[in-house]
Amino acid sequence: MSERKIRILIAKPGLDGHDRGAKIVARALRDAGFEVIYTGLHQTPEQIVETAIQEDVDAIGLSCLSGAHMTLFPKVTKLLKEKGIDDILVTGGGIVPKEDIPKLKEAGIDMVFGPGTPLDDIINYHKEQIRK
Amino acid sequence: MDLAERVLAGDKRGVARLISLIEAEDEDAFVQLGKLHSRTGKAHIIGVTGPPGSGKSTIVDRMAKAFRQMDKKVGIIAVDPTSPFTGGAILGDRIRMLDLTLDEGVFIRSMGTRGHLGGLSRAASGAVKVLDAFGMDIILIETVGAGQSEVEIVSHAHTTIIVEMPGLGDEIQTIKAGIMEIGDIFVINKADRQGADKTAMEIQAMLGLNPEKPEWEPPILQTIARTNKGIDALVEKAMEHYDYLKKSGNFENILEQGIREELEVLIKNQLGRLMGQVVDRERQDEFINKIMEKELDPYTAANILMENVKGKLCDGD
Repeated sequence: MSERKIRILIAKPGLDGHDRGAKIVARALRDAGFEVIYTGLHQTPEQIVETAIQEDVDAIGLSCLSGAHMTLFPKVTKLLKEKGIDDILVTGGGIVPKEDIPKLKEAGIDMVFGPGTPLDDIINYHKEQIRK
Repeated sequence: MDLAERVLAGDKRGVARLISLIEAEDEDAFVQLGKLHSRTGKAHIIGVTGPPGSGKSTIVDRMAKAFRQMDKKVGIIAVDPTSPFTGGAILGDRIRMLDLTLDEGVFIRSMGTRGHLGGLSRAASGAVKVLDAFGMDIILIETVGAGQSEVEIVSHAHTTIIVEMPGLGDEIQTIKAGIMEIGDIFVINKADRQGADKTAMEIQAMLGLNPEKPEWEPPILQTIARTNKGIDALVEKAMEHYDYLKKSGNFENILEQGIREELEVLIKNQLGRLMGQVVDRERQDEFINKIMEKELDPYTAANILMENVKGKLCDGD
């Protein structure tokens, strides 16, 4: 059996067009040996969840810079829950005010990576959580 | 329920998980595939190949939509390259297929090549079988951006479509061996760009050089996939080719050839694993040093190591 590869979906829910952060993270994860399914801009939570299912990913990374994270991120975790999926790690990144983070975690977002997070932190977090 | 049963019951997660296991070369994956074997063979498998940026993903997206209009279920396998340095990959073909995501009659899976050459991933043929057993009528396989010799797609697809675009080299490129030999249908995409007619003519001329008149003469189509232009004609030709294969009896030939190659690959893979177990690695290291010091040549060394392996295999170890 060959080594198990970590598969992660990087998606941008909602309407903002700022995908530089998502691309940088995708590239860094690629260089760390992950298989990154990149679906780009303007994804609905429904599309994100369906893609995660078909691609059998270990994790979903959501990026949002428009301020709609409190609506969009929990919608993704809610849909996953409705489909009985509890083994996919969900993280978020973008412009997320500190006070929102506990609420997001309560809604099932496993981790929030704010601006300035070292890429290694993101890589290591996923390696640790998924190898568990 | 095991994974094979879940696939047959129409469970998407089961399909997705089984493909992951095939990619990981898990032993159980082959047991499950074995169970599915008798339920495969109903899908029309279409390969789409061509250089990077020629529009393969967009063509696959548009073809899938056309087949959906006919109420056919569509499975898509999209292969992108894995980094030979880090083992990582960006799988981005879905970006061109976003509208298909929520269509219940479509299943899309992205795969990295994971070190496999030839334009596909090692697990692609297994993934095709899973989608076939899952009940897909059409399976579109998109290869990695292919240059000249990524021709493996022919042994996995019934119909192979080569996507070219205007302005990629002169007519000498079209008479070279390799990818230009495997097309059942040629498509010149981005046909609104300058030189589309010239490219079509060059391909036409190349096909005309064939001294034997083939039973199936590959059509050369022009498309602008972005605006859907020419896609209906392409889909029609693909279906025509499938009918031709069935009526001419060539379908059986392709099938037999495919099975022959598949068995060969499976045996080779097992031999490869076996080799890992029976080759004397200590001796190999010792030989490597000797070869570096010019005390031994690699050809003799390989022969000595193989003698040893043969001895072990024949003893039944």
